[in-house]
Amino acid sequence: MDTVNTMTPWREAFDAFIANDEAAVMGATARADAFARFEAHGLPTRRHEYWKYTPVRDLLPGQEILVRDGLDTFADVETYQIVFVDGRIDISRSDRTALAALVEIAGPDGAPWMDGVFNALQNRPIPGAMFQVERPFANLNLAMFTDGLAIRIPDGMTLDKPIHLRYEGVVPSHLRLEMLVGKGASVTVLESGAGALTTGAEIVLEEGASVDHLRSQTEVAGKQFTALYATVGADASLKSFTLCADAALIRNETMVTMAGDNGSGSIAAGVMGMDDTLIDNTVYVSHEAEHCESRQVIKSVLDGKAKSVFQGKIFVKKGAQKTDGYQISQAVLLSDGAEFNAKPELEIYADDVICSHGSTTGALDEEAKFYLRSRGCTEREAEALLVAAFIDEAILEISDETLQDRMRDTTDRWMSARAGR
Amino acid sequence: MLKIDNLHCQLEEEPDTKILKGVSLEVPAGEVHAIMGPNGSGKSTLSYVLSGRDGYEVTGGSASIDGEDLLDMDPEERAAAGLFLAFQYPVEIPGVGNMIFLRTAMNAQRKARGEEEISAPDFLKLVRAKAKELNISPEMMKRPVNVGFSGGEKKRNEILQMALLEPKMCILDETDSGLDVDAMKLVAGGVNAMRDAGRGFLVITHYQRLLDHIKPDVVHIMSAGRIIETGGPDLALKVENEGYADLIGAA
Repeated sequence: MDTVNTMTPWREAFDAFIANDEAAVMGATARADAFARFEAHGLPTRRHEYWKYTPVRDLLPGQEILVRDGLDTFADVETYQIVFVDGRIDISRSDRTALAALVEIAGPDGAPWMDGVFNALQNRPIPGAMFQVERPFANLNLAMFTDGLAIRIPDGMTLDKPIHLRYEGVVPSHLRLEMLVGKGASVTVLESGAGALTTGAEIVLEEGASVDHLRSQTEVAGKQFTALYATVGADASLKSFTLCADAALIRNETMVTMAGDNGSGSIAAGVMGMDDTLIDNTVYVSHEAEHCESRQVIKSVLDGKAKSVFQGKIFVKKGAQKTDGYQISQAVLLSDGAEFNAKPELEIYADDVICSHGSTTGALDEEAKFYLRSRGCTEREAEALLVAAFIDEAILEISDETLQDRMRDTTDRWMSARAGR
Repeated sequence: MLKIDNLHCQLEEEPDTKILKGVSLEVPAGEVHAIMGPNGSGKSTLSYVLSGRDGYEVTGGSASIDGEDLLDMDPEERAAAGLFLAFQYPVEIPGVGNMIFLRTAMNAQRKARGEEEISAPDFLKLVRAKAKELNISPEMMKRPVNVGFSGGEKKRNEILQMALLEPKMCILDETDSGLDVDAMKLVAGGVNAMRDAGRGFLVITHYQRLLDHIKPDVVHIMSAGRIIETGGPDLALKVENEGYADLIGAA
């Protein structure tokens, strides 16, 4: 692939954005640097080590946003909703004012408390080969974001309702979230909708903070690229769960740094694919403090020609003793054409740690399927029960049971749609 | 009710391994038949072939329930037609709740027969009543199917499913294996409660002792893929006292 040619429309789009878009004044210098990195990298091809299974072809700035069913997983959850349409906040449909009464809010660049954080996590030189690889879409996001949110949750506050970032519209937009969660504070962040081509998030958890992050990408029919950078302080806890279904191409990159002692991090995903789906969850957890626990749990159910990719790394820095790192990726293949690619990596420079990883790929348990059918369940019903149970092992990583159920509803809907074929 | 005629089968993967070599028997409605026989005689295979498990190829003969050809049906169609197999080794299914499983199965069968689905309250009431009779705790019902169940609990769970699904023809494969006397009485009680003029039972067992609790009308002795002798309840006693050797020798 010719880098110059595929990059030309992007350069034109970026120049036009800088010249014409009022949002461009936010983080102007960072934008130029980020775009230069994106341009130098080019669109990822199979030659890039961490894009081997997920080449990005024919991605254009004007790429139309394709929405699958418009059924929002979090529709009936009571939240502070922030709606972005075509890359801009829709104030009339957003609870920005109510939220601003409780927490500090600013535009994605304008929050003084984010000094030294904004764009810093993304560019922080962290040891470990995988972290040093370029993140072209995180760079693109930073270069061209039109809107987003910076939020500071004050020390000790438990926000009474989740913050729900909802992405709508047809313009291929780029949105950012900058979040500082103060000492002992806790918050739940939900993301849903197809209306963002890229999202970029930086979340800092201070001592004893707790963040539950849930993302539903089940409405994405086209492409979506996400990057989440989180740094987890002492005694803090991050739980991130993503449900993906049937998109042409999804790439989620999650970079978590366990920065303080006794922190915990969980990155989980449920992937469901039919037809020509390609869903990639790439996770990097860097242990840089003692007594931290991290978990990566990725479950894929694949039919038709669907492909799921998991690249997961546990990096343990020298001195990060008593690290407990766990990683499991499993796939159920419901057809001969489905494919799961896993690249688990451990890189450990401390001598007193427990790290384990495992990966399995296979069909549904035939014994169990026969047992269910012998009791009258149809083949598709039996498969639906077994698939739901399989995905549930990832869903159980979510702390809130109501939100677990929302994810289950969406999973059930997917299985029913499949059964109806 | 159940009619098996000259049934032959072999393993799909190993066609040279012939397991059933001409099994014929008939279980009329209202009767309990027992099949006894030494290990490897084909008893369990017969139950699997009848219920439609993969891995066996029927090479000859027929099997029908109320005149409907069983061998032509998918496992779930056989269930809807009224066939039930209580497994020797019930499968553990992590993550699938007992209740959701039972309700899905019941409603699937009803749907297949063109009947109304059972309502949630009616279902709960029914399950609670039947579970109580079998000494199955509500806590057990909340667990995933058979996961963490003892041998006896698994077998009671099989009988519970049978009681809820109310099949016309029940096949019990070594339901007594792994049961202590009390558990066996409980299981037998569950079976006996279901005996009626419209229902047939085929009880597969190694030992006579289960037949003390579930009194059969007819006893068949199976060996090397065939029924070699058929008689009354005293045939089971004879086997208990004398073993299979004489019978097999005579056949």
